[in-house]
Amino acid sequence: MSQWLPINELAEKVQAGELSACELVGQALETIAANTEFQAIIATLEVRARERASEIDARISKGKTVGRLAGVPFIAKDNFLVFGTETTAASNILKGFNAPYQATAIEKLEAEGAICVAKANLDAFAHGSSTENSDFMTTKNPHDPTRVPGGSSGGSAAAVVLDMAPFALGTDTGGSIRLPASFCGCVGYKPTYGLVSRSGVVAMSSSSDVIGPLTRSVVDAALVLDVISGRDELDSTTIERDNNPYNDLASTGLAGKKIGIVRQYVGEGLDDRVRPVIEAAIQRLRTAGADIKEVDLPSVTAALAAYYIIVPAEISSNLSRYDGQRFGYSFEQATNLYDSFAKTRARGFGREAKRRIIIGTYVLSSGYYDAYYKRAQTVRTKVIGEFDQAFAEVDFLLGPTAGITAFPIGELADDPLQMYFTDTMTVAANLAGLPAISIPAGLSDNMPVGLHLIAPQRADRALLELAKAAEGALA
Amino acid sequence: MAKLTREDVLKLAGLARIDLDDAEIEEFAIACGAILNYAETLQAIDIAGLLPTSQVTGLTNVMREDVVKNYGYAPADLLKNVPHVEDDQIKVKRMIG
Repeated sequence: MSQWLPINELAEKVQAGELSACELVGQALETIAANTEFQAIIATLEVRARERASEIDARISKGKTVGRLAGVPFIAKDNFLVFGTETTAASNILKGFNAPYQATAIEKLEAEGAICVAKANLDAFAHGSSTENSDFMTTKNPHDPTRVPGGSSGGSAAAVVLDMAPFALGTDTGGSIRLPASFCGCVGYKPTYGLVSRSGVVAMSSSSDVIGPLTRSVVDAALVLDVISGRDELDSTTIERDNNPYNDLASTGLAGKKIGIVRQYVGEGLDDRVRPVIEAAIQRLRTAGADIKEVDLPSVTAALAAYYIIVPAEISSNLSRYDGQRFGYSFEQATNLYDSFAKTRARGFGREAKRRIIIGTYVLSSGYYDAYYKRAQTVRTKVIGEFDQAFAEVDFLLGPTAGITAFPIGELADDPLQMYFTDTMTVAANLAGLPAISIPAGLSDNMPVGLHLIAPQRADRALLELAKAAEGALA
Repeated sequence: MAKLTREDVLKLAGLARIDLDDAEIEEFAIACGAILNYAETLQAIDIAGLLPTSQVTGLTNVMREDVVKNYGYAPADLLKNVPHVEDDQIKVKRMIG
């Protein structure tokens, strides 16, 4: 049972003076303090949050207008720059980095009165599927602290499920919002690429990164999306948003909705203990009126291979800025420029970051660029084409978010390629820039299982409507 | 399984401006070799007639007005993380000569 009302109701009560922003922030901070053993939080922003809460309460008592999210506490993955606070991306190379500006998504939320109370743990630079690659600590799954929360937004997912705040922000490049949502048992929304500005968010793979909310309900996710989405002059890859609010969701239910089960997602990659949960969920959607059939996405395996060539390449480019000259850790004993770069990066980066930088440098190097990177980008085109074909037959696609439930901490630590496999169900949506969502579908051996839904590009509202109906059918 | 040579990895480390220890060189020699598996998977895919996708939005030539905009930050704000600052400039090691 959550201590938080739905986000819109929470804000309404604050606006009406029935709840105070200070109270809500206090509640959030208490819950955070009571759950430190899960290691979901890198730092709280107590002073800043309480100041903002007081300001909001003062405005309300004077009858001034406050925003649509007035007083609502939230937690941001620590790759979001929040002005004047330490932003680390869970990497030693950014320890002590004090954000000199802030992410547009944070600006928009704060403009509507929401209050950032803490920064959540992640795999360093968002490189990972389990949050075990954080340079600081591993976050524990709220359902079983011996298991991972998923990643890379593991701290954000755990924070929502531990009821620390009504919502958290995450980023998703290959499944990093949806996988932890699936492993921890909450809603994780990946918008259409470009719908939400990436300005002020530590870059990983610029052609695939998106920002999105983790929440306890689809309706809450839709409201957060509505606040954070829109063209931003600071991010030239942003697209026009819908004119109508994303949280204005029609309640048309599932009747007649055409959904395609991706045959390749329910094949041998789907664990036999997870399968019955997914099949039962699909049956409930059918009973509620959904028109469900199987469709093919033959390039699913190729999508994972393309992803793990394209993404390290883009990572190697984006991480070249961490050179010890303008911000972040700097190796002070260097006697020449090369050492200043090379020893700073050697000491500051963790193992996975270095692995991806070297792989990325390899696939982009002269003589290999065409065979690896360019070919992968062309397979990407093929994957996009297969989605287009599938969406000619159905309106939405469905599968499990992951073929497994949360695995024990340390189990995949020595096997990076096995770890990469956990992304099999989620990466294709990133390559194609499509909106996708994970909603809780049930439990397998007491661990959460997520149902994954994908829609065509820019069909975010339709996807949220479907997800809301599916959530109801699975309740 | 195919793997890169130590020299190959050191060359990549040079390009990426990152020092690696012996354990890392060995590990990444294998890791890069494993990427060859991914590449083989992709070699087998028929991509005839397809062009590479470098971005999915379809946006081109996103422009803005050529005017200076004041975001309200003082130079000191923006330089506060710089290790060595002199006269609002970022000081680095000698590059030439």
